[in-house]
Amino acid sequence: MTAAATLPTWNPLSLWYSDGWTVTKRNLIKIKRSPDMLVFAVVQPIMFVLLFSQVYAGAISVQGTDYVQFLMAGIFAQTVVFGSTFSGSAMAQDLKEGIIDRFRSLPMSSSAVLIGRTNSDLVLNTISMVIMMLTGLLVGWRVNSSVSEFFAGVGLLLLFSYSFSWVMALLGMSVKTPEVINNASFLILFPLTFISNAFVPSDTLPTPLRVFAEWNPVSSLVQAARELFGNEGTAPVPDIWTMQNPITTVLIGITVMLVVFVPLCVRKFASISSR
Amino acid sequence: MTIIEATGLTKVYRSKSGPVHALAGMDLSVPRGTVKALLGPNGAGKTTVVKMLTTLIRPDSGTAFVDGIDVVADPKGVRRIIGVSGQYAAVDENLTGFENLEMVGRLYHLGAAESRRRAQELIDLFELTAAGNRPVKGFSGGMRRRIDLAGALVINPKVLFLDEPTTGLDPRSRIALWAVIKRLVAGGTTVLLTTQYLEEADQLADDIVVIDDGRVIAEGTSDQLKAQIGGHRLEVALVEAGDGAAAREILARYGAGEPATTSDGRGLEVAVIDGPRALQQVLAALGAADIRLHDAGMRRPTLDDVFLKLTGHKADMAADKAADAELEKAK
Repeated sequence: MTAAATLPTWNPLSLWYSDGWTVTKRNLIKIKRSPDMLVFAVVQPIMFVLLFSQVYAGAISVQGTDYVQFLMAGIFAQTVVFGSTFSGSAMAQDLKEGIIDRFRSLPMSSSAVLIGRTNSDLVLNTISMVIMMLTGLLVGWRVNSSVSEFFAGVGLLLLFSYSFSWVMALLGMSVKTPEVINNASFLILFPLTFISNAFVPSDTLPTPLRVFAEWNPVSSLVQAARELFGNEGTAPVPDIWTMQNPITTVLIGITVMLVVFVPLCVRKFASISSR
Repeated sequence: MTIIEATGLTKVYRSKSGPVHALAGMDLSVPRGTVKALLGPNGAGKTTVVKMLTTLIRPDSGTAFVDGIDVVADPKGVRRIIGVSGQYAAVDENLTGFENLEMVGRLYHLGAAESRRRAQELIDLFELTAAGNRPVKGFSGGMRRRIDLAGALVINPKVLFLDEPTTGLDPRSRIALWAVIKRLVAGGTTVLLTTQYLEEADQLADDIVVIDDGRVIAEGTSDQLKAQIGGHRLEVALVEAGDGAAAREILARYGAGEPATTSDGRGLEVAVIDGPRALQQVLAALGAADIRLHDAGMRRPTLDDVFLKLTGHKADMAADKAADAELEKAK
C-alpha cells in the first residue's frame, strides 16, 4: 500500500494544471456517456439553424445582405450563451450528488473543479459551434472576411462563452437544486438573446425594446461576430459606443466577467458542501 | 496518543424559526489506531462534526487537529492524510468503478501509473472485478458503497472517516460492508465512524460517543455504557394481561428500578443488579402468586436501552426526523 507520508509534493502550477486536466477529463467522459447532453450540443444547434433560416428567411429583410448571412452570428451567440448555462446546472448537480464533497476532501488544487467544469463546457461549445457552421454552410451561409478575421470571430464567441461559464458556475453553486438554475437562466437568457439584434435588425423593434436591444451586451457580441465574418450588410449601426466598437466592448465584457467571477467562484467553492 | 483532538466545536445555522445549534460545544478525542463511533439520531450533529474534521465546513468556534494538523489553518495538509466515505456514496455515476478510483488517485497526486495500479488493486480487494469496468450507474447500493469506501482508501489514510457507511443498505450488504471495515480496522487504521444504528457501533467500535442535540452526552466502551444502566435486564411475558399489576409489584421488589410494561400489558421488564439471583427470586415469587408465564429471561442491555436512558427518547424516534428536516431547511 502507498503510505500517506510519501505523497509527492508538487509545485502549485503543475498541480493546478494536472488537477484541472483530471477533472476536465472526467467531465468529458460524462458528456460522452450521457446522450441527452450530446443532443443538447449537437442536435439543438442544427435545429435552430434550420428552423430560423427556413422559417424566417422569406419574411425578414436585411439591408445589404440576405437573412441567412445575417442570422448565423445571432444563432452562434445565442447557442454559446445558452451552452454556458450548463456550467451552472452541472455544478449544482455535482453538489447535489455529493461528488463535490469528495473533491473537497482531496488535496487537490482549489480551483481545479471549476477549471475542469468551464474547460469541458468550452469543448462542448466548440463542438456546437463547428456543427452550426457546417449546417450554416449547407443552408447558404458564407464567410466574407479573411481567415484571420474568421478565427478571431470564432475565438471571440468562445471566449465570451467561457467567461460566461464562470458567471453561471457561481449561480450553480448558489442554488439549492439544478432545476432552479435551468428555470432561472431561461427566464433571464431568453429575453437577453431575443431582445437583441440576434434574429432581427434592432431598428425594427418598438422604442423601449430597441433601446434595450442596442445596449444589450448580446447585441455587441452578435455585431462583433457579424463584422468579423463579413455578414453585417449595409444597414447603419446604431450610434452607440458599444455598437460602434463591438469587439472592444466584448473584450471588456470578457475581462470584467473573468476578473470578477473567477475569484468569486474560487471563494465560493471553498465553502460549499452538499446537504 | 490521540490522532484526532477537537475542543469546543460549535456551528450554528440560521433558519426562519431562529438559530439551529448543529453543534453546541463538542469535544472529541480519538486515540491512534482505534475505532470511535459517533452514535446519535438524525440531526444530532454527527455529520457536522465529520465535515469539520474533513475540512468541508469551518467551525464557528473551537479547534480541531488531525494528526497534529489544524483543520482550519491547513486544510490541504489534513486532506493529504485522510480518507472520507460519506452516506451519499460520492462517486460519479457516469464513470466506471475503475475510472472513479483512478481519478481519485490522480487527485491525490499519485501519478498516472500508480493511480491505475492502485485502482485495480482496490477493485480486486473489494471484489468488484466483474463490475469495475461498467459505469457506476448500474451498480447496486452495496456496490456503490464499496466503490465509495475504496475511494477513501486510495492512499493508505492515517484516519478514515466513515459517515453512516451503511445507511440505506439492506441487511446483507450491511453485514458484508462491516466485514470489509473490520478487515481495515484489523490492519491498524484509525477510524471515526458515525452511525444511527446502535448495533453498528456495537459491532465496529472500540469506543462510543453518544451525541444528541450537538453535544456529547455519554462516552465509553460499549460495555461501560451498558453498565451505566445496570447489569442485566430481566424480562417476563405473561399469559394473562390481568396479572400485570401483581407481576409488576414482584418485579419492582427484586429489580433495581421501575419496571417497564409493554403496551399490551403482557410484557414486563426491569433492570437488575445480580441477574441470576434476581431471576430465581422473581420466578419463585411469580410461581407462588400463581402467575403463568409464556416466557422469562435475562438479557444484557443494548445500546438502545442506553440511549433511552440517556436522552429520554428512542434513537429512532420520528421527532428526530423532524429535527433533521428543520436543520436541512436552515442550511
